[in-house]
Amino acid sequence: MNETNHHLDVDMERTLRAALKAPAAEPPSIVDTVAAAGLLDVAYARHDSPVGTLVLARTPQGLARVAYVEEGQEDAVLQDIAVRLSPRMLAAPQRLDESRRELDEYFAGRRQAFDLELDLRLLGDFARRVLTATAAIPYGEVSTYREVAAAAGSPRGSRAAGNALGSNPLPIVLPCHRVLHSGGGLGGYTGGLERKRTLLAIERGQPADA
Amino acid sequence: MRLPPFQNLLDAHARDVHRFLIATVGPIDADDVYQETWLAALRAYPGLGDASNLRGWLFTIAHRKAIDHARARARRATPVPEPAELPEAPAADGRTTAPDEDLWAAVAALPDKQRTAVALRFIADSAYAEIAMAMEISEPAARRNVHEGLKRLREERTR
Repeated sequence: MNETNHHLDVDMERTLRAALKAPAAEPPSIVDTVAAAGLLDVAYARHDSPVGTLVLARTPQGLARVAYVEEGQEDAVLQDIAVRLSPRMLAAPQRLDESRRELDEYFAGRRQAFDLELDLRLLGDFARRVLTATAAIPYGEVSTYREVAAAAGSPRGSRAAGNALGSNPLPIVLPCHRVLHSGGGLGGYTGGLERKRTLLAIERGQPADA
Repeated sequence: MRLPPFQNLLDAHARDVHRFLIATVGPIDADDVYQETWLAALRAYPGLGDASNLRGWLFTIAHRKAIDHARARARRATPVPEPAELPEAPAADGRTTAPDEDLWAAVAALPDKQRTAVALRFIADSAYAEIAMAMEISEPAARRNVHEGLKRLREERTR
């Protein structure tokens, strides 16, 4: 290639890059196609709430994860879901509309029980028993780690029950915030104690600001 | 294998994959081939052994889907003007077509391999090695296709 042609090529390249990369129409969504093909293992959405930003993730079986997102931690939360559920994950907020609506009603003090299909695959056998016992605690009431452990068939397992509650993949929906220390202390919480206080206050009829 | 959420790939590459397909199969069919490309990628994704060049992997799939599409269209053998995919430039207000549209049309009119190589080079910003990988040809052949494509486009514009 001679010198002149080279310059012409460089010009042509510049023109091409500019033209072909110019903003084109927004590509179409693939969510419906992917879901119809049975390949949408995880649909997720972020959702603002009085207890901070949440990431909600559902599988075809139901809601599988409610995650508290700390500032700057969203990528890590999503990566964790990809590892634990499936990397076939797409942002598909409309597929979480029902979960988001029920959560909003709960935060506003207008909903006492969730009517959502759940996918409990992130729970081991023991955690499943503990959280099932926890789900039986009525709205606005509290229980203790010891009572929950006993209800899960493990009367001396209050520490293990605490651990199971601490790694609850579906906080708020499975109300581990209703479990306190026997002595009346607040205990721990997967999203930090401030959030636990907020949720308990909502259930005492003090709705938080959204 | 610690694969990122598939949405990350979509966020990073959707526009370029779409543009690549508009350039290779034309704007009318691009949306269908785009869906097929992402479906194939998503189907294969969890079994991927190497996540170091996801963009190259995606464009390899997009290229294959574009070829499948061209073959299927050839088999249907409907008499389609060649090249079939040129968007009629909207000239309703009497203006001539915009320069960009002329260029898109000129790219669409390139021979298959040159068009694909040029699109990979200038839309996907692929290195020649990546073009070779996506098109399953040698690297010198990839280089040659890009340069012959460029030459032809230049001649078109200076005519």
